[in-house]
Amino acid sequence: MRLEYFQMVDRITSLDVPGGKIATACLVPEQSPVFEGHFPGYPILPGVLLIETMAQTGGWLILATQHCAKMPFLMQVEKAKMRAFVSPGQPLEVEATLLHEGSGYAVVKATIVSGGKKVTEAEIRYGVVPFPNETLKVAMLETARRVGLPEEFCNGA
Amino acid sequence: MASTYETVSGIISDTCDIEPDKITPESHAINDLGIDSLDFLDVAFAIDKAFGIKMPLEQWTQDVNAGTVTTDEYFVLKNLCANIDKLVAAKA
Repeated sequence: MRLEYFQMVDRITSLDVPGGKIATACLVPEQSPVFEGHFPGYPILPGVLLIETMAQTGGWLILATQHCAKMPFLMQVEKAKMRAFVSPGQPLEVEATLLHEGSGYAVVKATIVSGGKKVTEAEIRYGVVPFPNETLKVAMLETARRVGLPEEFCNGA
Repeated sequence: MASTYETVSGIISDTCDIEPDKITPESHAINDLGIDSLDFLDVAFAIDKAFGIKMPLEQWTQDVNAGTVTTDEYFVLKNLCANIDKLVAAKA
């Protein structure tokens, strides 16, 4: 994870597009300016970044489903629960399941587990729209390869 | 069994926190009921789930933008319900 660049997902560890499931691995960095403010003397990963981590994981599932032809943008977070603190250096296992693929929108349920314990969960809704420009499309394809999205799911952009 | 209109108006009332007596078959979801795009996402999700369909919102948006139909065709509730009924029938 590179928190300052909003690179939350390190790599995709499993992907089942027909089954609507994905898992990713994310390692919380030992050091980040984020921890200087959140909180002084007691560094924990902000809950909004846990939500972002789940949103990005679900986003990769939707991108794979769309063969990277459309971009999911976060629109709504429901039933988010922060069950435990997440500290610097902690590995996270993130899972997302597609609940519904609508026309122009999608809904996933996501969870984060660390050390066998569920730390957070949420239902996340996205607007799924054509890429607004070429720069973003190129950047997303580069990131797709970095996180290990199989090439067969990158061919629709 | 509830009619399509009863189900849809119930979804709108619950999802958008609108008093049931303010919703009629002639209501325009946007112009009369003030449902914005985010709330409509909730409504669409609830309708898709309730009827087991996938409302073709992208196609409807293209139709409106192309000027081939007005928003009334899709957002006046009696018309929305008629379109839902067509989608349900097509699925059967």
